[in-house]
Amino acid sequence: MNIKDIKKEFPIFDNKVHNNDLVYLDSANSSQKPKVVVDRIYDFYTKEFSNVGRSVHYLAVAATNLYENTRVLVQKYINAKDPNEIVFTKGATEAINLVANTFGQKYLKEGDEILITELEHHSNYVPWHYLRKSKGVKINFADVDENGDISIESIEKKITPKTKILAITHLSNVTGAILPIKEIIQLAHSKNIPVLVDGCQGAPHLKLDMQDLNCDFYAISCHKMYGPTGLGVLYAKKKWLEELPPYQGGGGMIGEVKKEGITFGDLPNKYEAGTMATAQVIAFGESINFINKLGIEKIEEHERELTKYGEEILRKNNSVKLIGSPKNKGSVLSFTLDGVHPHDIATILDEDGVAIRAGHHCCQILHEKLGLAATARASLGVYNTKDDLDQLNSSINKCIKIFNS
Amino acid sequence: MDLKDLYQEIILDHGKNPRNLGKFENFNKDAKGHNPLCGDKVHVYLKVDENKKISDIKFEGHGCAISMASASIMTELMKDKDEKDVKELIEDFLKMIKDNPDLKSNLISEDDKTKLMSLSGVKKYPMRVKCATLPWHTLISAMTNKPGEVNTEKED
Repeated sequence: MNIKDIKKEFPIFDNKVHNNDLVYLDSANSSQKPKVVVDRIYDFYTKEFSNVGRSVHYLAVAATNLYENTRVLVQKYINAKDPNEIVFTKGATEAINLVANTFGQKYLKEGDEILITELEHHSNYVPWHYLRKSKGVKINFADVDENGDISIESIEKKITPKTKILAITHLSNVTGAILPIKEIIQLAHSKNIPVLVDGCQGAPHLKLDMQDLNCDFYAISCHKMYGPTGLGVLYAKKKWLEELPPYQGGGGMIGEVKKEGITFGDLPNKYEAGTMATAQVIAFGESINFINKLGIEKIEEHERELTKYGEEILRKNNSVKLIGSPKNKGSVLSFTLDGVHPHDIATILDEDGVAIRAGHHCCQILHEKLGLAATARASLGVYNTKDDLDQLNSSINKCIKIFNS
Repeated sequence: MDLKDLYQEIILDHGKNPRNLGKFENFNKDAKGHNPLCGDKVHVYLKVDENKKISDIKFEGHGCAISMASASIMTELMKDKDEKDVKELIEDFLKMIKDNPDLKSNLISEDDKTKLMSLSGVKKYPMRVKCATLPWHTLISAMTNKPGEVNTEKED
């Protein structure tokens, strides 16, 4: 498979948008799906469907094996020690809520502090916010610098003896900053602070190694990884999953249920209450296979080259102001245009088939810091090409022409 | 779809140079509006006199060309209108944006109707309708002293 021909693997690109070829630059929001993933969902429902982990009939056993195969695929993909460290959730949001809720319940008390950063997506702030009310904890924010980066020093500055957990993004969905996450984890661990990494943007674009990174929790959004919606992964060190209480109650997660009391199941069932997104989990296995076939290093290289090219052409365009110039930048190009609001940019670009996102990208804290109500954001995936970025630039010029005529 | 329908000259002009932008001292009614999905914000200030007439109207806010132009044109048309007429015009405008092909009201001149109809381009852009209607819902809120902020995600 040649990375240059990768668009052909994605059926969505056979369609036209307003009579134009689709230039999809919204992968940080959600990625498109390769045919193998879409087909896997169809095949599962038409040939192999059954609920998992309960019945003993042929289909149930086969479905359970398929479901568990994906767990192993994910474990290997992120180099976790044990497949039981992989918990499926309905999304990265639920993965973070799971940790905030159970960790908060068991370990946090009034006056304790949670450290996050000004770069965080709302999904890595709002779940922690609930603990302000229920537990009386305080949330501190590490400062983002003028490049849209978070330095190790800015984290260190906000750590106090009361800091009980650090929750931090791997790759910013607005500035594209790839944080020195390994060093940050080392720092936090040296002060006995566990670390949750929001890996929504990290997992689709960077090679992951949980044992090397040594984080305590890592949240993954499957639909941003060429996988189905309605599915996330929580990686957590086994000791945490054993120590923390269950999150939701229901079928499948129990040991023994009696009128006078309940015991809970072993890992990973303890955290997977009710019927899970079975078809999505099985299809997500194909997303991992798809990435593995191309090689995540090759994808990284391809995206790095494209990001650099995108930065170059947008910097040459005098009307464009790029947001964030972090030391290490992932495939996100946020920008503003003089005199054109991001929503008008998005509408005008859409007319040319160029799909970008406009708004605060679920990062209001960061936008307030930047002094901007909204930005436009082009974000890349494996299927993008330099032609896509040239089209972006020429459609941006069209915006300028419309607004300055 | 044609971008020229959406970004007509009138819209671009009012978007870039909104009329009645700002706040004035002796307002007696006001309301805030917010579109949480895109961050557009508008704050409408009114002076309603003893005859229930809007003697002054201004707005503050930030947002896209459509929302700014809509607020700008709205404030121009509403000045010196009485409560009843304001209500009729708002209803007429919102119906036009939703269903009606044209404005029905006879309260404004043909020129003003043309100006207002320049906002009809959003009908083909469902995601942008709320940009055009936010200032109008906010004006209703100010006129009726409705407590709290207008939120586009809570409108029906």
